[in-house]
Amino acid sequence: MRIGVVTFPGSLDDVDARRAVRLGGHEAVALWHGDHDLRGVDAVVLPGGFSYGDYLRCGAISRFAPVMTEVVEAAGRGMPVLGICNGFQILCESHLLPGALVRNESQKFVCRDQRLRIENNRTAWTSAYAEGQEVTIVLKNGEGGFIADAETLDRLEGEGQVVARYLDGNPNGSLRDIAGITNERGNVVGLMPHPEHAVEELTGAGTDGLGFFTSALAAVEETFA
Amino acid sequence: MPRVVVDVMPKPEILDPQGKAVLGALPRLGFGGVTDVRQGKRFELEVEGEVTEAVLAQVREMAETLLSNPVIENFDVRVEETA
Repeated sequence: MRIGVVTFPGSLDDVDARRAVRLGGHEAVALWHGDHDLRGVDAVVLPGGFSYGDYLRCGAISRFAPVMTEVVEAAGRGMPVLGICNGFQILCESHLLPGALVRNESQKFVCRDQRLRIENNRTAWTSAYAEGQEVTIVLKNGEGGFIADAETLDRLEGEGQVVARYLDGNPNGSLRDIAGITNERGNVVGLMPHPEHAVEELTGAGTDGLGFFTSALAAVEETFA
Repeated sequence: MPRVVVDVMPKPEILDPQGKAVLGALPRLGFGGVTDVRQGKRFELEVEGEVTEAVLAQVREMAETLLSNPVIENFDVRVEETA
């Protein structure tokens, strides 16, 4: 299966994400922010970084990049889309996911191996995990506080749209310890921690992140079978 | 030259860590009597011709679409006279 990884000006983790895609057993396809073209991929990853220098708001400019028109359209058709960190911010700014990410409550950039609980394993990107499974995935963000109004939070909880929650301390002030969410359909997932940095023993905190990249296969086979 | 100013502020119910940090710094510098600080953004738009209702409507659309994120921010549009 072919998974596209979009590079925006200021993306940092696009190369790591492509590597994780390959380690997950797929073909990684480099996509460019300025193209109105998804090159026929089956799924898309919006990687972490500081696209457009985080000017205005994180993800606010990227949302209007030509490739995002295609991503929004494809997501509407059910294509799996995973936004990691800055990618999560872009998904919120694009209204593919509700809520917003704001500056960490501590005002400090946080970088650590983060314990998480996978709350929903029925999404396109989490089916490789068991529900309630606890994993350790690298977290690094300055504006990772997830916020939404109480009504939206209740809906996310009620519909099972909280994908992952922080354990052992909330690193950024995210409401209800939310680390990741999905849309109603379960094909679009936004995640603040970086699973692409937890796919090899040599370089990361274990390989707990790999499941996000192996899950996609099952999702697409189901959708396009 | 007519100028349209757009003020963007975090919504009152949204925690504003930057404003809080400024509030914390003031007493350390010897400034007393400030009970709260909120930090926002100010955009100055220089526009062509007269600022008509249609122009203002367009600026409001810009503010909603790009300059602010309605999930976390409120905005205010006004005209400022410049010399």
